[in-house]
Amino acid sequence: MQRGPISRALEREDTLAFWLLAPTLVILTLFIAYPFARGVWLALSNATVGEPGHYIGLANFEKIFADSIFRTAAWNTIVYTAVTTVFKLALGLWLALLLNRHFRGKSWVRAFILLPFIIPTVLSTLAWKWMFDPTFSVFNWLFWKLHIIDSRINWLGDPDLAMASIMAVNVWRGVPFYAISLLAGLQTINPDLHEAAAIDGANRWNRFWHVTWPLLLPVTMVVVLFSVIQTFADFQLVYVLTGGGPANATHLFATYAYQIGIGTGLLSEGAAISLAMFPALLLVVVFQLWYIRKVENR
Amino acid sequence: MARVMLKDLNKVFDGNHVVKNVNLEIADREFVVLVGPSGCGKTTTLRMVAGLEEITSGTISIDETVVNNLAPMDRDIAMVFQNYALYPHKNVYENMAFGLRMRKFEKPEIDKRVRQAAEILGIQALLERRPRQLSGGQRQRVALGRAIVRNPRVFLFDEPLSNLDAALRVQMRVELKRLHDRLETTAIYVTHDQVEAMTLGDRVVVMKDGVVQQQGAPLELYERPANRFVAGFIGSPAMNFVATTVASDGLWVESSGVRLRVPPAKAERVRTYSGQRVILGMRPEALRLANGGDSADYSFDSLVEVVEPLGAEILLNVRAGGAPIVARVEPSTRVRVQEKVRLALDPARVHFFDASTEAAI
Amino acid sequence: MIEGARWKKWVWFYLPLGSFIVALLFPFYWMVVTTVRPDGELYRPWNHPLYSPFWTSHPTLDHVRNLLTETLFSTWMWNTMLIAFVATLISLFCGVIAGYALARLTFRWAGILGTAIFVTYLVPQTLLFIPLAEIIRDYHIGDTPWALILTYPTFLIPFCTWLMMGYFKAIPKELEECARIDGAARWQAMVYIILPIAVPGILSAGIFAFTLSWNEFIYALVFLSSPEQKTVPVGVTSELIRGDVFFWGALMAGALIGSIPVAIVYSFFVEHYVAGMTGSVKG
Repeated sequence: MQRGPISRALEREDTLAFWLLAPTLVILTLFIAYPFARGVWLALSNATVGEPGHYIGLANFEKIFADSIFRTAAWNTIVYTAVTTVFKLALGLWLALLLNRHFRGKSWVRAFILLPFIIPTVLSTLAWKWMFDPTFSVFNWLFWKLHIIDSRINWLGDPDLAMASIMAVNVWRGVPFYAISLLAGLQTINPDLHEAAAIDGANRWNRFWHVTWPLLLPVTMVVVLFSVIQTFADFQLVYVLTGGGPANATHLFATYAYQIGIGTGLLSEGAAISLAMFPALLLVVVFQLWYIRKVENR
Repeated sequence: MARVMLKDLNKVFDGNHVVKNVNLEIADREFVVLVGPSGCGKTTTLRMVAGLEEITSGTISIDETVVNNLAPMDRDIAMVFQNYALYPHKNVYENMAFGLRMRKFEKPEIDKRVRQAAEILGIQALLERRPRQLSGGQRQRVALGRAIVRNPRVFLFDEPLSNLDAALRVQMRVELKRLHDRLETTAIYVTHDQVEAMTLGDRVVVMKDGVVQQQGAPLELYERPANRFVAGFIGSPAMNFVATTVASDGLWVESSGVRLRVPPAKAERVRTYSGQRVILGMRPEALRLANGGDSADYSFDSLVEVVEPLGAEILLNVRAGGAPIVARVEPSTRVRVQEKVRLALDPARVHFFDASTEAAI
Repeated sequence: MIEGARWKKWVWFYLPLGSFIVALLFPFYWMVVTTVRPDGELYRPWNHPLYSPFWTSHPTLDHVRNLLTETLFSTWMWNTMLIAFVATLISLFCGVIAGYALARLTFRWAGILGTAIFVTYLVPQTLLFIPLAEIIRDYHIGDTPWALILTYPTFLIPFCTWLMMGYFKAIPKELEECARIDGAARWQAMVYIILPIAVPGILSAGIFAFTLSWNEFIYALVFLSSPEQKTVPVGVTSELIRGDVFFWGALMAGALIGSIPVAIVYSFFVEHYVAGMTGSVKG
């Protein structure tokens, strides 16, 4: 505990702030800013594994936009993000409303509910892959026993069904996060408001729509925006369940970038595919910043 | 023990000029109270003395040394906060010892000082406890103890009694006064409560909108307020103000319900306002029910609107020709609402204020 | 409030809640059952007459034993623990002090830097992994734990920073002011007074960071190549599959055991975890 020259130098707010932020800024610059710049350079070059390459302008982008698989991947990503978000929000909200009541074992339930979100994604996804396996699927068994099907369903092998199966897993994983976050938001709403509304004659639905929902909106927005970014950039689910197949039908930006960049070694093209995500992400983050500023200034 | 000098002190926050040219000389061992409504700049001034706010212009000196650029830790001052600011993760002993540890005092010395301070404040039994286990009054004492152990040159108080309930506040006020008499350290005390200001201060400084309105001994502010604001701020219930016009001969002031002669002591100065409006000020305690012997020069009729019996006295809320007036009368008085009463004014306790500048006449 | 009839409660509450719980937890149950199911039973097709999905009459620990002795699983566990632990420490250190600076100090660049840290979310790992792979290789830390220990903080620090900012803002400013008047320098007030009070927040952030590290996949996949260096997620998905053949018993055992550390940490600190998660969302 000395108060020598270093202590005195750190008395100034801006000096102290500088040193406190320095480690963070160093790490973020080295491992985010610099790679990002390098990624842009890569995407504008024709480098491959082993060949440093040289500048070729937007040729990579032209190439990938002409690539039908890329277009499929782009479309997939958008649909994947949109559909799963809607389901996660709806189911998460429903679950949050259910958890908002008092019942025995509530804290246990709340703790267990988060497991899909806690457990490493890849590991739980493996369990789903096993459950979807066309020869051994427990779902097939169930539907067969319920006389809904005669022959097996190829959950992950059928091009149309595969995407739906993947989305189901994503929703499964995401609902707890939405539910717990929205539950926290619900708990900040003063119960007096509900009671006043009930006395005023509002029924369940009205109370929800006019009291709960508007007050929950700020938390909802933040949760949705975080989730959209994560989902848009998702990799693990598709990689484990289908690897992008069957026949490149379930690729997302991330998995296709991996396949091209790392799988076939075409680094520059892979980088271009990754970067193609950036405009959409930028839009989402800008929107998020704008929204947060709006809420803060109210 | 030190002299504190504030010279031409100014503070601007984001374009708001919150402290304007404050000049104050605080003598060694003096207990000075800065008082005023919220936003008057008293707390900001205190924080500048503490070193918690940057000074926009002007100087603050402690014992002839200008301290503008000294960090709080180097100013040798102690501060007691409104919310006590006790370190929640340390017990009472450690709370009090923290400052001494930071200054690298020896263990035996720390122990001696802490126990001494604890004894003065009567908190020896609480030394092992954590702040959350203490009551409001006890926390306040610990906060005081923390300040005392350091033997600082100046004590600073930022509304320390505001968070206590009324009864405790009265009790702590007395204890603070006793403490100050015992320790004889220079102190600057900020409050919005004029009762605290009057009872604690050797000198009271009234502030409004960043400007010092008046400074002086409590009774001086009470008896000779420099302007209408100070007159209305000091004393409770507040002074009554009636807008009146000075008669052309300068000997009377009149409003729709009141007509009073100007007391001889003020006659000369009031005469210069002949024909103009002046504000008449009368404290509730300067009024009483008129009896037969009272001269008509210093009394007036009024209608009783509300009677507030306080036990030791009765507050009469009356109306004299449209002007609401509060009078403090004997507890034995028996009047009823809607009754007409005649009130008499003590001519030695009349105040006049310029209608536009609000300065005392 | 008084609500309607009993059966309504069953339909509108117990049933949906029960369904959610079953749906959310079933895969884990499946993991456990598969892990202890002997191979003979395991590979019965779904329409086999003896298919009994929900339990097994001959539980076995063969898969687990197999996993721990015949594969590098324990090495992967060790790797992952080490990486998660060190990355969390680094991120906590950076995040706590950065959070303090942004929450408590006023300086010109505060707004911009706060936004900048927030905006790193714009560049998820799946955007950076290709150029980063090159950089990792250039610095010769490819195929070592350092590749991950140094890169994980990129997504852990922003989160820790926001979380700690929220915590610091809730601590009254008077405590630091008092400490400084008492004789502490600014940094001493931060270290001796504020940080001890913020310990619950630091704990929440640390636990969340730890679980996030375990969950990371693409950097681990791309930066590590030797089987001994891999982390659990990567090892389980790459080494337990030979060509087209999936060793489901070992896979599920790996998935199950691989989930245990995180589940344990989580179970001890549920409140802190939830506080961390909701704190970051509420901003």
